[in-house]
Amino acid sequence: MSEEKHQHVVPYRVYVIILIALLILTFSSVGITSIELGEYTVAAALIFAVIKSFLVLTYFMHLKYDKLYIRVMVGFVFALFLVVIIITFLDYLFRT
Amino acid sequence: MEHAHHVEHPDMYDEESSKIGMWLFIFTELLLFGGLFIVYSIYRYLNPEAFHLAGEELNRTIGTINTVILLISSMTIAMSTTALRKGHKKVAIALVVVSFVIGFAFLVNKYFEWGVKFSHGIWPGSEQMLAEMSQGEILFFGLYFVMTGLHALHIIIGMIIMLFTIRGLAIGKVTIKRPSMLDNCGLYWHLVDLIWIFLFPLFYLIH
Repeated sequence: MSEEKHQHVVPYRVYVIILIALLILTFSSVGITSIELGEYTVAAALIFAVIKSFLVLTYFMHLKYDKLYIRVMVGFVFALFLVVIIITFLDYLFRT
Repeated sequence: MEHAHHVEHPDMYDEESSKIGMWLFIFTELLLFGGLFIVYSIYRYLNPEAFHLAGEELNRTIGTINTVILLISSMTIAMSTTALRKGHKKVAIALVVVSFVIGFAFLVNKYFEWGVKFSHGIWPGSEQMLAEMSQGEILFFGLYFVMTGLHALHIIIGMIIMLFTIRGLAIGKVTIKRPSMLDNCGLYWHLVDLIWIFLFPLFYLIH
């Protein structure tokens, strides 16, 4: 059997801090998208969403305390998604 | 005839394999929603004005409340995994129950939100939609119903998994030594949260 007892117990406090950060980010993204930023609205909203999802993945989903290969796998899936969306848009942007 | 051996099932429980299995499943879910997000962004790119107009119809307040609700439930279920590891079984159960109740509140909100749309004659294929809306607006609401609907379905599935987890905790099948069911239930719920984190700005915030 694998060596036990080395698993990390995340203190409650960490989750509370992350929740507060997520709520602040949520309200900031609501605030920033209600101002007229024109085309930057989409970018602003997405940046906030990416930061929030990073926090959820890292702390709530425990990736920070997981082994490296699990993090690499998750990163790979997001990279794959990014590549697919970029290629799709390259197609649409360069259509004549 | 040879008598069948009684096979002692060895305990094959392995926390790490359970976690990997769950993550592999989550990857398929991410790509499922990822595909829908690509469809959304292409249609938005092709119909910017219609998406702008249609987006104004959605209720920001309900969207924000549901975001807050879901984030809190994500925290409570994450805390539950800590409680179990600290040996506080009752706290762990209570926290999953809280997450379940919050998930239900999310669905109630969704019910009212969709109800308002229905009362305005907006649902997939409704006469009003087909008669009055442009192609782009129809696409927007089609995506809105499919994506939030599929997400709500995931909420329901997550809640069912929670019920099994609560049972597992109560009868001692899920313990400090075998926490995977609770952990995976949590991972699934965070996935649901993660998807909402992107659905919320794309449908409710960007006009």
